[in-house]
Amino acid sequence: MIPAFLAALAQVLHVVLMLAMAPLLVGVLRRVKARLLGRAGASVLQPFFEVARLLRKQPVLAHNASFLFRAVPAVAFAATLAAACLVPSFTLGMSLAPVSDLLAIVGLLTVARVSLALGAMDVGTAFGGIGASREMMFSTFAEPAMMLVIFTLALLAGSTNLDFIAGVLREGALGLRVSLGMILVACLAIALAENGRLPVDNPATHLELTMVHEAMVLEYSGRDLALIELTAALKLLLWLTLISSIFFPFGLAIAAAPLQWPLGLAVWVGKVAALALGLALFETAVAKMRVFRVPEFLGVAILLGLLAAVFLFVSTGFAAVT
Amino acid sequence: MILPLLAWLVLALLILAIPAPFSQPYVMPAVAGVCGAAAVAVLGFLAFGAEASEIVVPVGLPGASMRLALDGLSGVFLLLLFVSAGACAVYGHGDRESLAFFPLFVAAMALALLAADGFTLLLGFEAMSLASWAAILVHHEEKASRDAALLYVGMAAFSAACLLPALILLSPAGDRIDGLGFAAMRGAAAPEGFRGVLVLVLVVLGAGSKAGLFPMHVWLPLAHPAAPSHFSALMSGAMTKVALYVMIRVLFDLYAAPPPAWWGVPVIALGAASAVLGGLRANLEGDVKAVLAASTIENVGLIAIGIGVALTARGGDLPGLAALALAGALLHAVNHGVFKTLLFLGVGAASHAGGSRAISKLGGLIHRMPVTTGCVLAGGSALAALPPSSGFASEWLLFQSVLAAPRIGGLGLQIVFAVTVALMAVAAALAASAMVRLIGVAFLGRPRTPRGAVADETDRPARAAMLGLAGVSVALGLLPGPMLRLINPALHALTGSDLAERAGLLLVTPTSVALGYCAPAVAMLVGLGFFAALLVLRRLAVRGHVRGPAWANGFAASPAWLPFGDPVTQYGGDSFAQPIRRALGGALMAALEEVDMPAPGETRAGNLAIHLADPAERYLFAPIGRLRRAISSRADAMTFLSIRATLAVMFVALVVLLVVIAWVQA
Repeated sequence: MIPAFLAALAQVLHVVLMLAMAPLLVGVLRRVKARLLGRAGASVLQPFFEVARLLRKQPVLAHNASFLFRAVPAVAFAATLAAACLVPSFTLGMSLAPVSDLLAIVGLLTVARVSLALGAMDVGTAFGGIGASREMMFSTFAEPAMMLVIFTLALLAGSTNLDFIAGVLREGALGLRVSLGMILVACLAIALAENGRLPVDNPATHLELTMVHEAMVLEYSGRDLALIELTAALKLLLWLTLISSIFFPFGLAIAAAPLQWPLGLAVWVGKVAALALGLALFETAVAKMRVFRVPEFLGVAILLGLLAAVFLFVSTGFAAVT
Repeated sequence: MILPLLAWLVLALLILAIPAPFSQPYVMPAVAGVCGAAAVAVLGFLAFGAEASEIVVPVGLPGASMRLALDGLSGVFLLLLFVSAGACAVYGHGDRESLAFFPLFVAAMALALLAADGFTLLLGFEAMSLASWAAILVHHEEKASRDAALLYVGMAAFSAACLLPALILLSPAGDRIDGLGFAAMRGAAAPEGFRGVLVLVLVVLGAGSKAGLFPMHVWLPLAHPAAPSHFSALMSGAMTKVALYVMIRVLFDLYAAPPPAWWGVPVIALGAASAVLGGLRANLEGDVKAVLAASTIENVGLIAIGIGVALTARGGDLPGLAALALAGALLHAVNHGVFKTLLFLGVGAASHAGGSRAISKLGGLIHRMPVTTGCVLAGGSALAALPPSSGFASEWLLFQSVLAAPRIGGLGLQIVFAVTVALMAVAAALAASAMVRLIGVAFLGRPRTPRGAVADETDRPARAAMLGLAGVSVALGLLPGPMLRLINPALHALTGSDLAERAGLLLVTPTSVALGYCAPAVAMLVGLGFFAALLVLRRLAVRGHVRGPAWANGFAASPAWLPFGDPVTQYGGDSFAQPIRRALGGALMAALEEVDMPAPGETRAGNLAIHLADPAERYLFAPIGRLRRAISSRADAMTFLSIRATLAVMFVALVVLLVVIAWVQA
């Protein structure tokens, strides 16, 4: 009874923290990037102010926007939130751990992407079309890379359950593996593409030729836009949390032992902050690439994923799985 | 008890196929009723243990009777057939052009699934091909339809020419006619060596060409759109599955011994090639029904991968894995059958109302046809494998089986599985993209033609048929566990293992550990998030909205004489496909963009032409066509021989045949 209660409590705390930390993460990221570029930058709380401002504004809908257009922000947010519920942040063994399947998480993120793409097509402007078609092309290369990452993880841990994989990797029984390093790099590349960060997409631009994600959501305004911005921030936090819990699983608490939670929380915040700092440094250093270079960029991720799996087959004679 | 009932129902369908002027208005309702009754009977059969039975029908070849049988495997496919055929009959209630062929088509497919001997199987299989061939020829005044029908009937003949020798190879030597019974084949020793390989090749070619497996897929995007919508729906949804049923029946049941593990590899390779190429073509086709037909190639490829993995696992003596992979294949066959039927009906209604099958002439239908669009969205989410839809549940099982497959061992095999996983993911992403393109261009956006701007919602029975199928599809997505329970008897009979411990009411797991996919939980999470977001917005945010012209980054508002804006400024089918065409089309489909840009000052219009060529057409069908023409032009010369030469030719042919017979007898 008590363990189940603790698991549920951890789950609720996790969801609340994910929602609260997501805008903060974006604020910190923008601030750090501004400082790296020699600007003062806005307060780290600026994304909260923006959401609050947008919530006070009525959306302006195009004359021919349909019911689908109006439902899309909530659907994308719900799917991303559902995926975020399944990714362990500070503790393992939350209520939803038995169903935290990596394929389901990827699938839920696809729901968010597809619904945004459909929303982009609904008004029938060229911007919506350009954003949606490019986003779907990126996913054609990001998905196989992600699936190879999952394949390698499933070979190592014997399951596609994220909570289980993180538990296995936290025990350290597998040791340091070259394959893990390869899929870490692949995972970082996928995360950049999925979140529309540099060098794949520029989250800060409204220049026609470079827009992907921003082009898709161009027609949204007011409270709908607030939800979409929150969704984007939540997705970024989700990816950073996912990477940290798979590849840096140290410090993860156990839901049944609440005394470990504060440490787990502190370690989680530290890991996400470190990844965000790395992201800010990286984005300051690179330039955006042409759209049709992105398949090559993600092709490297696919190749790394494939190499990781093959390396595992060759190096271990494949004893780890059986 | 169920089997005789089904036999009578098939006979009823055959009687309905007899054309009579007075009965015309009642044929389709009667077909729908018969299919509904049969679906309920099969559901009951599967739910209560699926005990195999066989009956003998006193008609057939001279000296032999037709034998019919019902077991778990045929039950699964019959259930799919009757559900989608019932919905198609309701949808096509007003059809008068191809009325006689529809009950014949359904009856032929049912006969192929119920067959318990080679003769009955081929009779049903070929009647199925001919009935659908006639449906393709309904619009025979169009040259495209005639060409499609010719290719189609050629492929049908090819598949029969492959399946007949395969069945003969499997039958025990001696009594040729009774030996074609399935029971005799199971009892006979499995052919070994090159004869065994020949069975594999012939079955993959014969059943694969009917299912649309690469490289025999070229007829699908031509033939499926040519037929009336309720026929195309049944062709894509059910007929391709009958071919897959034949493949499973022969490879897992009639071939008596477990075949060697490598048998699965060619099936997996062809499946992966079909999945990627079908997904890519679904993004490039300009005809909405051809998009769906191409996506059928993709899904058939995914099912074939499942069959191949199951075959490999069976050869590697891992019955649990074989059951998992076959469960994925069968579940995906059922799910795809339902959602592809739904999509064909919805897209057929849309293209009828919008006056065109060209994706770039439709648009904005969501405002005029909300029910149809809603149904297409339900089917499209399954096509794109979005959780918690049915497509995701079955693709999840297929992915799990491939992820577990490296256990079979062998470095080469393991690398095959790693590549297969990547290709399956490419196919899934391409399917999602094709779905966004189809719905985004044809149903969303602004109308592109005056006809599309005044399209009317389809009639009440058609809406009922689509809503019913959408309901079935959603239910299959939310409760994959119970459907897997219905598949279990088939798995048990074919692999010796089943998913009884792994398919719960809520949770489906790949191994016996309780970690897996729980569709209701995922649906609940998304639903909770959705309503929580709406609730919070209602509480915290300002209410209401304002309408205005589309923003489009400050693009000018549309002028009064173009109330929806200039329709050509939105993305169309070809423009949406451009990124994928450039990234993948060049390598796989020989995509070529030909830009004709007038020089400054010239007043003629610019033009962008796109050329595509399917590799199977370029490297396989075109050379075969050239060979056929060469042979026929040579053979033409024989009609102008002198009488002496003619007699000599006949004499030589007779001698050669006698020698061959003598050699075979010896």
